[in-house]
Amino acid sequence: MKWRKFVGLILAMVWLGLSPLGAGQDLFIKNGTLLTITQGIIHGGDILIIDGKIKEIGQNLTPPKGIRVIDATGKYVMPGIIDSHTHVALSGTNEASVAISSKVRMKDVINPEDPAIFTALTGGVTMVHTMHGSANPIGGENVVLKMKWGKSSEEMYVPYAYRTLKFALGENPKRANMMGFSAQPRYPQTRMGVIAIIRREFAKARSYMREWERYNQLKKNKKLVSFILPPRRNLRLEPLVLMLQGKMVARCHTYQADETLEFIKLSKEFGFKIGAFEHAWEAYKIVKELAAEKIGISVFADNWAYKMEAYQGIAYMAGFCAKHGVLVSINSDSGERIRRLFNDAAKTMRYGDLSEDEALKLITINPAIQLGVQKRVGSLEVGKDADIAIFNKHPLSAYTRCEMTIIEGEVYFDRAKYLEEQQKKAAAKKPHKKGGQK
Amino acid sequence: MKEIIKMMSRPMNWLEKMRKKKKASLRHFIGLGLVFCWLAGLVWWPTLAKAAETEPVIAIKGARLVTVTGSDIPQGTILIKGKYIVDIGPSVTIPPEAKVIEAQGLVAYPGMIDGLTYLGLQEISMVRATVDMRETGNINPQVRADEALRPDSVHIPITRANGTTCALVAPTGGLISGMSALIKLDGWTPEELVIKVPVAMHIQFPMMRGRYRRSSRSVSGSKRIKELKKLFNEARYYEKRRLAAQKNLLLPYPDFDEKLEALLPVVHGQLPVMISVYAEKDIKEVIKFVQEEKLKAILYGVHDGWKVADEIARAGLPVILDSLYNQPSRWEDGYDALYRNPAALVKAGVKIAFSSQSASLAKDLPWHAAKAVAFGLDQKEALKAVTINPAEIFGLGDQMGSLDKGKLANIVLTDGDLLEIRRHVKHLFIEGKEIDLSNYYTDLLHKFEKRLKEK
Repeated sequence: MKWRKFVGLILAMVWLGLSPLGAGQDLFIKNGTLLTITQGIIHGGDILIIDGKIKEIGQNLTPPKGIRVIDATGKYVMPGIIDSHTHVALSGTNEASVAISSKVRMKDVINPEDPAIFTALTGGVTMVHTMHGSANPIGGENVVLKMKWGKSSEEMYVPYAYRTLKFALGENPKRANMMGFSAQPRYPQTRMGVIAIIRREFAKARSYMREWERYNQLKKNKKLVSFILPPRRNLRLEPLVLMLQGKMVARCHTYQADETLEFIKLSKEFGFKIGAFEHAWEAYKIVKELAAEKIGISVFADNWAYKMEAYQGIAYMAGFCAKHGVLVSINSDSGERIRRLFNDAAKTMRYGDLSEDEALKLITINPAIQLGVQKRVGSLEVGKDADIAIFNKHPLSAYTRCEMTIIEGEVYFDRAKYLEEQQKKAAAKKPHKKGGQK
Repeated sequence: MKEIIKMMSRPMNWLEKMRKKKKASLRHFIGLGLVFCWLAGLVWWPTLAKAAETEPVIAIKGARLVTVTGSDIPQGTILIKGKYIVDIGPSVTIPPEAKVIEAQGLVAYPGMIDGLTYLGLQEISMVRATVDMRETGNINPQVRADEALRPDSVHIPITRANGTTCALVAPTGGLISGMSALIKLDGWTPEELVIKVPVAMHIQFPMMRGRYRRSSRSVSGSKRIKELKKLFNEARYYEKRRLAAQKNLLLPYPDFDEKLEALLPVVHGQLPVMISVYAEKDIKEVIKFVQEEKLKAILYGVHDGWKVADEIARAGLPVILDSLYNQPSRWEDGYDALYRNPAALVKAGVKIAFSSQSASLAKDLPWHAAKAVAFGLDQKEALKAVTINPAEIFGLGDQMGSLDKGKLANIVLTDGDLLEIRRHVKHLFIEGKEIDLSNYYTDLLHKFEKRLKEK
């Protein structure tokens, strides 16, 4: 019998050696109502997670020996919520001093200690597209992160997502609502100027790209190579070149229908791709165009009327657009709203009459598609990352509460455990104080 | 009766001043009184006569009735006559002249009452031209929300279409922000909207800073209490000087002071103060303050309420919670501190009400209540906290807040649980009148639905 143990040990070592660094964990979720998003609802379903990936989904699965089992009896299990537009986990959002700040990258300012990461987890959010602000017609490069609270920025970073560049139209790049120092006039001050400056930059990027192409061509000629100098690198234009080459997509902050259409025209003029329009509060006015161009929108459920260009933002918008063939996701844009995206998704049932299934898609698979990560996350499917949120009631009920949030098989938020810890802390803090509340 | 009281209140003030200034003779006074009675009669009689003639009768038939104060009636009828509910129960005889609303499968609730909004005072929060709830300066007891109400605000029909029928409209900012008004969400003029004014004098203590950082910084409101005490004493002294001048011809009248004048009903304990207070220490100080000054008080916000719930209960002060779309200021309090705060307060015996603290998102009121249910508040208590509790806190518990005989017919009919997000409001009645549920949202939606149908 001894040799068996020995072989087992060796196999285990080999397995450990083979598993890539930082791989997820094993977990068995038992007997929950599984809202798979893409494959309907499984009542009394189990999920087997091996190595942070979903290995098996179905009823009456047998958990392997020694695996951690989470009992989800009476609970609702859904894929981790994805926030397609937020600014959490960053130590800066706007480089507002210049109109064109395309050279900045949010990847460089990830703050893994932002408490908003934990806040996101308490609302079942596992992945975010955390973005540059909207102070500039062309902002910076955004980044996709998993909400691995307590881990490093490298571990949170999602390398397989689309590379996206932030654009902004309307009041914000015009600096229309700014007071004090930020109100210093800066070109552009009008919507005309905003489009003009973006066009200028793309035109510059195109000639910059051609300059490099020409250099690379000439460089092949061995006689010439010692005579020519490479073009001067321009970090501001490089992201735009990536866009012209189709290696990066635009995520464009827009409110009014007219400016949204103008940006679509601009994208055709230069041949770049639009990943999604952000906020797009008047998208319901141009569903035809958005559906025809297959451009999605990432929007609020009902946060409106905070500024002039958001005054025609109707709560029916998300539902209406989704019903008419536009890929819609619901975003938070806030470190507070991020913990109630499931409530916001439910609002599309009140306003817009979406079904449960359609409403849940707005915060799971749809944002995943917009970020190009739908093969890895966004639904409960075999082979996908085990990013999961567990709720005590249906996540679209107003009475629901997130109980557990799991990323790649690892539990990052466990309400029961959290409460225990809070109680311990409270007990340790005031052991002798009279009349203290618990 | 209400109209008359409202009408009388202003001439009376003026009268009082006249009397005090000139020591008006009795005859003078009686003369004026007669004129006044004649005027009141002119207004009162026709309305009474008219009401008796054509009071519409409506019967809401077959709905599940959630009365709030009594037990639910699985299937029953509500009979409305004029502004009021005249009968309610499982078997109500429907008079032939009644307009019948078949409501099988629907649920009837009393219309919700929002504990604090900026409805009619704010249209677009970042467009200063449309924002009228924050006066400049620190001490503004003289300003009144009802005097800047915009009945045509798009937010009013949107809000009522989600089941809210009444709302407190309050000014904010500074130390003393001014006086609030309770409105019904139906009417063409400010006067038609207003149910009661003033409801409270609004006083602000600082929000806790810290913004959910891991370090906590508590803010003391002691300075504010000192300032308030000084002001209240000034108001009392102002009144004394005036009284003294009335008695003694040699003493001069104090100059008219609009701020102190406005504070008089507060120091007399007639007009409640609604104090926005958040931190534990501040709440304790405020309780002491209102007791020392013998004020009628309502607490607002009360983020640290769960820490001092027993003290609040003992003082018998009601609490109106602010928007739950907030985060706790201290990391140590836990991510759910504000969510479980309502449950903790109710457990200690505090009367609570919810508020949206908004104009554009006033429609979200029921969902704040539901959020508190998710974190431990009893569902029935949550329902009370958007209906009967605010009615009682505002002194109108005998007129609204539940489905009861004799109360105003503020009724909402839904296709599901009132506090659920997915449910729809199917019918709405405000003071017996069926309200058109279309609004700015639906108007814009229909406009662009039409565009889709165009070839």
